[in-house]
Amino acid sequence: MEDGRMRVKCNFSGDQKFLENGRCVSKLESMGFRVGQGLIERFTKDTPRFKDELDVMKFICKDFWTSVFKKQIDNLRTNHQGIYVLQDNKFRLLTHLSAGKQYLEHAPKFLAFTCGLVRGALSNLGVKSIVTAEVSVMPACKFQVMIQKM
Amino acid sequence: MAVCIAVIAKENYPLYIRSVPTQGELKFHYTVHTSLDVVEEKISGVGKALADQRELYLGLLYPTEDYKVYGYVTNSKVKFVIVVDSSNTSLRDNEIRSMFRKLHNSFTDVMCNPFYNPGDPIQSKTDLMKWQPLNGL
Repeated sequence: MEDGRMRVKCNFSGDQKFLENGRCVSKLESMGFRVGQGLIERFTKDTPRFKDELDVMKFICKDFWTSVFKKQIDNLRTNHQGIYVLQDNKFRLLTHLSAGKQYLEHAPKFLAFTCGLVRGALSNLGVKSIVTAEVSVMPACKFQVMIQKM
Repeated sequence: MAVCIAVIAKENYPLYIRSVPTQGELKFHYTVHTSLDVVEEKISGVGKALADQRELYLGLLYPTEDYKVYGYVTNSKVKFVIVVDSSNTSLRDNEIRSMFRKLHNSFTDVMCNPFYNPGDPIQSKTDLMKWQPLNGL
């Protein structure tokens, strides 16, 4: 991972830099995935079984987010058809970066691991999904979870 | 004491089966396999009270003439099955529950091991050597 970071800083041509960046982001995401799987096993050791998908998402927003980031998700929205949007108004990994629009293009690197974390947690709970993140004004960010019906 | 312990993945294939070597291992594999049907039935919980559905410990799955089979399912849909000798009547529900607790703790440790790939057969010697069916958990 150190190697990947250094390569991004090097003065490569535009395309190559973009490629390296993409590879780093997906590597971070897959690391987050594995960590999420292990974490969820530990956190759900004593909780009762989940009733349905919404129950699982609420667990992620409250208990899981609190254990990892010491705060809850501020807003959970769903269209009841498999798309959930988790909004965090003061995302812990972005608060020290900036408080507005500065460094907006660097934000995805910091969100990739968390996207993987959520995807890994959901996958171990039996929910297959795709998680993406978007930032418009730091430190607020939105995680979009798309449930895949198997 | 337990004569057989099995950890079964959510896709219903065994991650770990260990039984007392003196008796036929195949028989235990078969018992565990048939108990999966009962586990599925309990998990889907058609027509059961909500309280039953929320517990992780499934209780006695079914008794045979020689053995009693107990089940437990985690939130990640991994199933644990313990087979105990029927002649051992002194084993109470609480003891079975604590056996499952310890199993769950060891399994969580295996999951958190970064060298372990979820879905692979469990081969960790330190975590699982602790489960000695002969001496009890």
